[in-house]
Amino acid sequence: MSVKLTEEMLKALPDARGHFGTFGGRFVSETLMDSLMTLEKEYLRLKDDPDFQAAFDKDLADYVGRPSPLYFAERLTRETGGAQIWLKREDLNHTGAHKVNNTIGQALLASFLGKKRIIAETGAGQHGVATATVCARLGLECHVFMGSEDIKRQSLNVYRMKLLGATVHSVESGTKTLKDAMNDAMRDWVANVDDTFYIIGTVAGPHPYPLLVRDFQSVIGRELRQQSMDAVGRLPDALVACVGGGSNAIGMFYPFLADEDVQLYGVEAGGFGIETGQHAAPLCAGRPGVLHGNRTYLMEDENGQIAGTHSVSAGLDYPGVGPEHAWLKDIGRANYVSVTDDEALDGFRRLTRVEGIMPALESAHAVAYGLKLASTMDKDQMLVINVSGRGDKDIHTIAQLDGIEI
Amino acid sequence: MSRIEGVLKTLKDQGRKALIPYITAGDPNPDETVGLMHALVSAGADIIELGVPFSDPMADGPVIQLACERALKHGTSLRRVVAMVKEFRATDPDTPVVLMGYLNPMEAMGYETFATLAADAGIDGILTVDLPPEEADDVAPLFSARDIDPIFLLAPTTTDDRIRAISEHSSGYVYYVSIKGVTGSATIDVDEVARKVAHVHELTALPVGVGFGIRDAKTAAAVGRVSDGVIVGSVLVDTIARHQTDPAALRKALTDLLHPMRVALDDLVH
Repeated sequence: MSVKLTEEMLKALPDARGHFGTFGGRFVSETLMDSLMTLEKEYLRLKDDPDFQAAFDKDLADYVGRPSPLYFAERLTRETGGAQIWLKREDLNHTGAHKVNNTIGQALLASFLGKKRIIAETGAGQHGVATATVCARLGLECHVFMGSEDIKRQSLNVYRMKLLGATVHSVESGTKTLKDAMNDAMRDWVANVDDTFYIIGTVAGPHPYPLLVRDFQSVIGRELRQQSMDAVGRLPDALVACVGGGSNAIGMFYPFLADEDVQLYGVEAGGFGIETGQHAAPLCAGRPGVLHGNRTYLMEDENGQIAGTHSVSAGLDYPGVGPEHAWLKDIGRANYVSVTDDEALDGFRRLTRVEGIMPALESAHAVAYGLKLASTMDKDQMLVINVSGRGDKDIHTIAQLDGIEI
Repeated sequence: MSRIEGVLKTLKDQGRKALIPYITAGDPNPDETVGLMHALVSAGADIIELGVPFSDPMADGPVIQLACERALKHGTSLRRVVAMVKEFRATDPDTPVVLMGYLNPMEAMGYETFATLAADAGIDGILTVDLPPEEADDVAPLFSARDIDPIFLLAPTTTDDRIRAISEHSSGYVYYVSIKGVTGSATIDVDEVARKVAHVHELTALPVGVGFGIRDAKTAAAVGRVSDGVIVGSVLVDTIARHQTDPAALRKALTDLLHPMRVALDDLVH
């Protein structure tokens, strides 16, 4: 089933209770409800406030370094032998990923709300670094929750956060990865709700987070529209982005949702392969449920217990996904696919060797699928891959897989 | 009148306060739970809150997180928890049982199926931590239609408008969370709780149970003085953890903890 989306329909979503169709919503303990309602009210007011928007735009330009380039990967295109492959270079942002677009926006919100203490969860550490960065700049106290498994595989980012003045809390519960970090961040928030602002890193969580994170990340897609018109005089034929929680993907897709000729591809982490059950692909292989404040597709067992996930990339290692993606899947507007760890690693090596661009392992999933897809398309078609982050943080993981001690 | 309403009304008529212990079903293992429930009643429980273990208990502190892990390790599913209540009910037709847990296991089972099984097992109330009334339109009526009380939380941050609205969606009692924090995390400020609970009483006619931070007979009595019932959780679950390999010692330890609370609450009647 596919629905033609109009600007008007899109403006009505999420609805007043934060629902995208049957997904989204606000499933939290009562203690947090008042804070979430205040945040929603304030955000809806500030969203159209020229001063707030001007401050946001100025930071994106002068501090993040936007717009990020749209780069034509000529050699990769020639070698792949299909559609023109273009790269949206979020890896060139300050702190090395798209995450900072959102932390800039939420830190501004926190300042407007007068909150001095910031908490965040992180998987790969990119969101943690981006949060610690804006906190350093604004002089805010910063606490980052990170699973102890992720701390091991992303030690560089842990150290970066510490250099930036953040306190990194090692999370030992459950699977010791991103979902557990989010649990502990929520627990901290409940206990410190009066003075603390929770900067959620993705388009998941209770309303209004999926809305405001999407809005802040939509700068990616807005720029891309303009850049595509400037470069080739038309919109791309296909957009490809990796999906963990889905913030870089929704940021890229959202401004194109009403353009039905633009095909959208969200690439989930297939881990060791969907058939093994060892993956992090809830849209491809999960079912709807409720976790972390919203109804969405989840990886869970038959009793509704959340399943452990696996991905070579810590940033995609999450059993849920943003509710707007769940809705886009169900209405057939976006396609959700997966690539395995091995395919993603091939994508990483290919982009590194052919274009001299080292993508984050998360983004390497989009690269891997984008190359596959491009080879099935015509030479006059245009495909854009969102290189959501750079791979510096993953060098240890790659080296380890190559059997090299650094 | 539901079993919960009946018990609370009787207590009120006697000028007494409800003692409501919480344990996590399946902790330390599923075979122990029904026996522990009977032990709680013998020690003075008026209502039992039985936790449904969940993999991601976001509103709980470490004590109940670990209880969930122990219970899940033994395969304690929602279906099995319902069966435990049915077994308990076979020999105790009087003590109300409230299931307390998170939404996803219920959603996975299917709300209609769950409500039907719960009613059949003699479950009296359902408290879902991550289900505010705004999201409960499809769920709560399924419970109410089967005489199961939907019980919702009130928090220190809940505004007056919400206290009224939440009370309208609730039956049996409302659960006032005494602190900003997760379960088992902090000691309560009794004066502050007294002030807030008195205010809640002005806004709703429902009985008010108070939980979080009640660890001993002294805090139980202090909170019982201003509320209709006290809910005791983490301190019991911590006791279960310490005696998990010795069932006899465990029952004795639970009794030693709960019974003085019963006595202290009943001492309030004068």
